[in-house]
Amino acid sequence: MKTINKTSKRNFVTIGGLILVYLVVAALKEGGITSNLINGQLVPICAYMIMAISLNLVVGILGELSLGHAGFMSVGAFGGVLAGTLVRQVTDSNLICLLAAVISGGVLAALAGLLIGIPVLRLNGDYLAIVTLAFGQIIKSIVNILYIGLDSEGLHVSVINKMNLAEGGKMIISGAMGCSGIRKLSTFTFGFVLLLLCLIVTFNLIQSRTGRAIMALRDNRIAAESVGINVTKYKLLVFSVSAAMAGMAGTLFAHNFSTVSPAKFDFNTSILILVFVVLGGLGSMRGSLIAAALLTLLPELLREFSDYRMLVYAIVLILVMLGTNSPKVRDFIGKLFGRIKSIFLRKRTAKEGNANG
Amino acid sequence: MEFLSNVISGISLGSIYAIIALGYTMVYGIAKMLNFAHGDVIMVGAYVCFFMTSRYHMPAVIGVLLSMFVCTVLGIVIERLAYKPLRQATSLAVLITAIGMSYFLQNAAQILWTSNPKVFKSVVGSGSIKIAEGLHISYVTLVTVSACVIIMTGLTLFTGKSKMGKAMRACSEDKGAAQLMGINVNTTISITFAIGSALAAIAGVLLCSAYPNLVPTTGSMPGIKAFTAAVFGGIGSIPGALIGGVLLGLIEIFAKAYISTEIADAIVFAVLIVVLLVKPTGLLGRKISEKV
Repeated sequence: MKTINKTSKRNFVTIGGLILVYLVVAALKEGGITSNLINGQLVPICAYMIMAISLNLVVGILGELSLGHAGFMSVGAFGGVLAGTLVRQVTDSNLICLLAAVISGGVLAALAGLLIGIPVLRLNGDYLAIVTLAFGQIIKSIVNILYIGLDSEGLHVSVINKMNLAEGGKMIISGAMGCSGIRKLSTFTFGFVLLLLCLIVTFNLIQSRTGRAIMALRDNRIAAESVGINVTKYKLLVFSVSAAMAGMAGTLFAHNFSTVSPAKFDFNTSILILVFVVLGGLGSMRGSLIAAALLTLLPELLREFSDYRMLVYAIVLILVMLGTNSPKVRDFIGKLFGRIKSIFLRKRTAKEGNANG
Repeated sequence: MEFLSNVISGISLGSIYAIIALGYTMVYGIAKMLNFAHGDVIMVGAYVCFFMTSRYHMPAVIGVLLSMFVCTVLGIVIERLAYKPLRQATSLAVLITAIGMSYFLQNAAQILWTSNPKVFKSVVGSGSIKIAEGLHISYVTLVTVSACVIIMTGLTLFTGKSKMGKAMRACSEDKGAAQLMGINVNTTISITFAIGSALAAIAGVLLCSAYPNLVPTTGSMPGIKAFTAAVFGGIGSIPGALIGGVLLGLIEIFAKAYISTEIADAIVFAVLIVVLLVKPTGLLGRKISEKV
């Protein structure tokens, strides 16, 4: 009989836990127990979870910092909406539209990932980080001036402003205004299935021969190269797989709202996702999932603080980073817990002593 | 004439980027961290100066000095509270903490001073000198460029000649060895943050004198651009920050003038990517060979 190794076991637990959470949340939603606030966040949480997994693949597994992941999300979102609208012309099925949108969003983003993979081959460290940042900004600027309209004569593309469309035509992407009038196709179940798919692909990738090669590159590039690992191939592979996932997440995200603008996918979004990954733990997919869910809900849960909520968010972020990374703070917390424990223990022994005596 | 006046505004904008980039580059050179909160220190500096001169009608010089003082203290406090405990942690952990600090400053500013835009009154008046027909240099530009030149020269002399400057260079070379030579690494890093933050205050005042719209997010985009400028010139190098900043300012102004305002940012970043492809460590960056 084949034995299951430790990592596989842990992966199964993660996937199982995720399915369990999905079932519970879906049941709560059906029962009408969860508030509208939470219901509205379910699809974005799925999208952010996929983003977190996808970025963790680059940062945690490949070991390169990316500050422009929202750029891939943007490519996926607008490409997906475009494809969805085109497919709508030939079919009326929501599911086919959404599937076509997600697939083309993923493919377009993967192409963008390949494009950015080229400078990646020459740079590393902070220089690579700044290139990904620059790349995200470029995508944002380009989408900002991109106008695509559809009428009876076909597609019209312009980079200056609105065009004259024939009777019955409509704008799909209108520059800085982004897309409007998107049909809300994304559902929680669809988002969850997509998330599960991405998670399984990621786990299999990491556990395969390819994944081991990628991690070898992360740990020591020169040593990995000297045993014949092809740096170019694996780096490009990771960037395009990660970008494809981010693109699919972007499509999912865009189809949850009726309007979406390019400003939604700016530098701050890239940073937000990086925060999920670092807070959850580099290389730990489970951590990324938990951090993405908690940190998306946190600002919503903090709504009663209204004006202060982002301030509280920032303080929580700094304190968590200090608490998990500073040896002094960790010592302090350890001592604190030790003291609390000893107080409880003393009480218990005292009680037992009383009972005996 | 139009060309020359574009050159002048490009150099002026570039000088501001260069002063901000200095803060990034010095901190990076010594603490090996990207201080993302630097852009928001600029914003705080501009607000302090705004309140001193517009609300309490103090002379501009006192306003600038006070805002430098406040930013210096702020920089040291941020370093002591948030970055010092993480000296041994991974660089990503420090990066996220810096991002948290940046959020904190922005939101604190929003609560303290609301998000209504404030109109910053230029600290040097709004006059200009006429050089030729159709070619003017405003006082703001003159002050900005000369401030940049003075700061650059001062910093180059400071790091090259003074004892503290030598300590800084030693720390950036090898912290452990510097400590063994009797250099107090923590003090050196604090002083670096203090200098960087004082420069941020100056940059904030100059930035808002040229572009008078002051909101809590004023600092973030110039912050990102200046960081780009620092990498462009080779991060860790003081002359690199100057060259990177001025080039970035020129490219931005020319792209705005001759191509398109909306796509100017994309062109700036595209040039950056091309430069890094040709010279992976920036224009003046040192090539570090890897040890096997």
